[in-house]
Amino acid sequence: MAVHPRRRQALALTSVLGLLLAATACSDDGGNGDTATGSDDCAAFEKYAGNEGKKVSIYASIRDTEAELLEESWSQFAECTEIEIEYEGSGEFEAQLPVRVDGGNPPDLAFIPQPGLLKRFADGKKLKPAPADAKAAAEANYPANWLGYSTVGGTFYGAPLASNVKSFVWYSPKTFQEKGWAVPKTWDELIKLSDTIAASGVKPWCAGVESGDATGWPATDWLEDLMLRTAGPDVYDQWVTHQIAFNDPRVKTALDQAGQILKNPKYVNGGYGDVKSIVSTSFQEGGLPVRDGKCAMHRQASFYANQWPEGTTVAEDGDVFAFYFPTVDPAKGEPLLAAGEFVTAFTDRPEVQAVQNYLATPDYHNARAKLGNWVSGSKGLDIANVKNPIDKLSVELLNSAGDRLRFDGSDLMPSSVGAGTLWRGMVQWLNGANSTTVLNSIEGSWPK
Amino acid sequence: MRFDLAAQAPQLVMLAYGHIAFAVVIGGMLLLLDVVPTYFARRRERALVAIVAAGGTPPLSLRRKRGETGYAMFFLLPVLLLVLIGLVIPAIRTSLLSLMSRDSSEFVGLRNYRWMFTNDDILGVLTNTATWVVLVPLLATTVGLLYAVMVDRARFEAVAKSLIFLPMAISFVGASIIWRFVYAYRSDEQDQIGLLNQIAVALGATPRQWLQDPPLNNLLLIVVLVWIQAGFAMVVLSAAIKAIPGDIIEAAKLDGVNAWQMFTRVTLPTIRPALIVVVVAITIATMKVFDIVRTMTNGNFDTNVVALEMYNQAFRYQETGQGSALAVFLFILVIPVVIFQVRNLRRQREG
Repeated sequence: MAVHPRRRQALALTSVLGLLLAATACSDDGGNGDTATGSDDCAAFEKYAGNEGKKVSIYASIRDTEAELLEESWSQFAECTEIEIEYEGSGEFEAQLPVRVDGGNPPDLAFIPQPGLLKRFADGKKLKPAPADAKAAAEANYPANWLGYSTVGGTFYGAPLASNVKSFVWYSPKTFQEKGWAVPKTWDELIKLSDTIAASGVKPWCAGVESGDATGWPATDWLEDLMLRTAGPDVYDQWVTHQIAFNDPRVKTALDQAGQILKNPKYVNGGYGDVKSIVSTSFQEGGLPVRDGKCAMHRQASFYANQWPEGTTVAEDGDVFAFYFPTVDPAKGEPLLAAGEFVTAFTDRPEVQAVQNYLATPDYHNARAKLGNWVSGSKGLDIANVKNPIDKLSVELLNSAGDRLRFDGSDLMPSSVGAGTLWRGMVQWLNGANSTTVLNSIEGSWPK
Repeated sequence: MRFDLAAQAPQLVMLAYGHIAFAVVIGGMLLLLDVVPTYFARRRERALVAIVAAGGTPPLSLRRKRGETGYAMFFLLPVLLLVLIGLVIPAIRTSLLSLMSRDSSEFVGLRNYRWMFTNDDILGVLTNTATWVVLVPLLATTVGLLYAVMVDRARFEAVAKSLIFLPMAISFVGASIIWRFVYAYRSDEQDQIGLLNQIAVALGATPRQWLQDPPLNNLLLIVVLVWIQAGFAMVVLSAAIKAIPGDIIEAAKLDGVNAWQMFTRVTLPTIRPALIVVVVAITIATMKVFDIVRTMTNGNFDTNVVALEMYNQAFRYQETGQGSALAVFLFILVIPVVIFQVRNLRRQREG
C-alpha cells in the first residue's frame, strides 16, 4: 500500500479511536433492572440485617423459567436485606463447577444435586460447613437420613433445597377409566395390568433415555427403584457405596426385574417402536404417547409434569397423572426414590451465611412453593401453599416416607460410574447387551 | 420471548467490555506495529546520516544486524510468551498430571497408561480413533481430488465447487445435527423423518436404527467428517492443479499421453506438495474429532473416540489422571505427523 508513513500512523490512530468510541457507545444502554415492588414487610428479615450492599454469587444447573422463579422467590429477601444475589444457571454445571473450584474461582454458593460431587469437594477441603442456623433449620425439618447425604465425615455441609420424587408411573386417568383399568398396588398387579393392556393391542409402556451427553440416566432410575424394591433399602445403601459389588447377584435380580418391562417387546415401546427405540427417544418425549393413548404407562420423576404439552390437565381426574411405582414385596414396606439439591458454600462471609440460613428456613420454602412448580421435603412446608396436584402428592409422599426414603443412587456414586459407565451400561443393555456383561463391565470401571 | 432491555443489561455491559478490550488490544497492537518499525528505521537512518556527515563509510552490514535483533525480538517475544503460557506449560503440566492419581494428590507412575491399554472400553476407543485416522484422510482426499480433477475447466465449475465447499462453512455441531436427521429413526408405523430411512422404506425395506448398530455406525459418523473435509481438499488441490504450468501439459500432450497417464504422470507428481499438506491437515483434524461423536451418539454404541473420552474422564468423571494420560497419548500420536510435515516443508524450500 502506498501510504505515507505519517498518514498511515494517523490512520491507525483514528481507527483505534473509532473502535473505542463505537464500543463505549454501546455500554451507555442498559441501566439497572427496575427495583421490584415496594417493600410490604421487612420485619421477617431483620435477623439477616447488617450485610447491606454486599454481593453473593450462586451457581446452579437450574435455567430458564425455573431460574426466573428462583430469583423471584428470594427477591423480597434481597430487597429487605439489600444483599445482591447474583444467580447463574448453567447447562454444563457438573463439568464447570469443578473447573471453577479447582481454578480458584468458586461461586459463593452452589446448589449441588449430586452428593457424590459434594463429597469430592468436602474431601478436598473446598467446602465450608453449614452455619449453625441453617443446620438447625435443616435438622428440624428433614429426616436424618436425608441430611446424611450432605454430611461428610460428621460435618454438615448444606441444607436441602428442592426435591423431586422419582418413584412415579405416569398414566392417563381418563383412559384408565374408559377401559376399566385400575391403578396397580403391587408388582404382580402391575404385570397383570400390562398383560391386559398388551392383549388389547396397545403397548402398555413407553420410555425414552436419550438426553444429549447424559443419555442413559432415566434407565438408571429404573434400576435404583428396583434395587430398593427387590433387595431393600439397606442393601441399596451398600450398593451405592460399593460395599457390595456392582455385579452382585442381587443387582442382577433388580436389573432383570426392570428388564421384565423394559426389554419385553410386547410391552415397549408404545408409540415409538421396539425395545431399541428407547435409546433413541428423548427423555422429554418418552412419555408423551400416554396422552395420545398410544401407550399406557411411563415411569418418570415428578418433574415430568413440565413436559406435557400446553392444555394438558395434570390431575387425579385429568388427562395425565402419576401413581406410586408399586412395591415388589409389600412386607418390605414402600421405599421412595427421590433426588434434590443441597445449598453448599465455598466461602463463609456473613452475607453468604445469611443467604444460606434463609434458604434453609420453612419461610423460604413456603415463599418458593407459592410461585408454583416446586416440591420440597421440608416438614415446615405448608401443603396449602403447594399448587399442583402432582406436587402435592410428591410432598405428601416425601413427608410420609421416613426412613424408607433414599437418594438417587447414580448421584451418590463416583461420577465416573454414576455419570459415566452406569449411563453407558444402561444404554448398552437397552441396545441388546445382557445383564451380566453390563454389570461386569460397570464393576470393572469402579475407581479403585 | 420478548427482548427486555433492562433484563439484558448485564449481558450488554459484558458485551461492551468485550468490545472495549478487543479495541484496546487490537488497536494497541496495530499502533505498536506501526510505531516500532518506524522508530527503528528512523534510528538507523539518523545513525547512517551522522556517519556519512562525519565523512566515514557506514558499516552497513553490522548496523543493520544489530537493529534487526531488536526488531526480531519485538515480534518474537510476545509469541514465545504466548506459546509458553498456552502450550508448553500446559503440556508439561498435563504430562505430570498423567502420572498422578485421580485428584492429583499422589504419584502413581504409569498406572493411568496401564489402565488405558488394559481396559476393554478404552481399547475400543483407541481402535475407533485408529479407524477414523485411517479412513477420513484417505476418503476425504480421494473424493476432493477426484472432484477437483473432474470439475476442472468444466462449464459449471464455480457452482459445482461452491456446492461441495459449502459444508466447510457449517460448524461441526451444525453438520452433526443435520446428519442426525439424515439417520433419524421412526418405527414403520410412523412417518419417517430421516432421509436414509425414508429411502429404505420407499425401496420396501424396514427402517433401521442406523446409529445404534456397531460397527456400521462408526462408518456413518466418518461419512460426516468426510463430507465436511472433502470441500477443503477439493479447494486446495484444485488451486494446485490450476498452478501446473501450461508448458508441461502441452509437452505431455505433444508426447501423446492419454487422460490416465496425464493424471498419474503429470498432475499427481506436480501437486504432490499440496496433496501432502491436505492429508496432514485432515489427519490432525481427524485425531481431534470430538463434536461429531458427542453430538450424534455421545460415544454410545461403541463409537467413542479418544478426544471425547479424554474430556469425559478429565472434566465429567473428575479422573484427572486418566484424562491427562489420554491427552498425552493423543499428543504423542500427533507428533510424527507434525515432524513429517515440517521435514517436508524444509525439503521443499531447499529443493
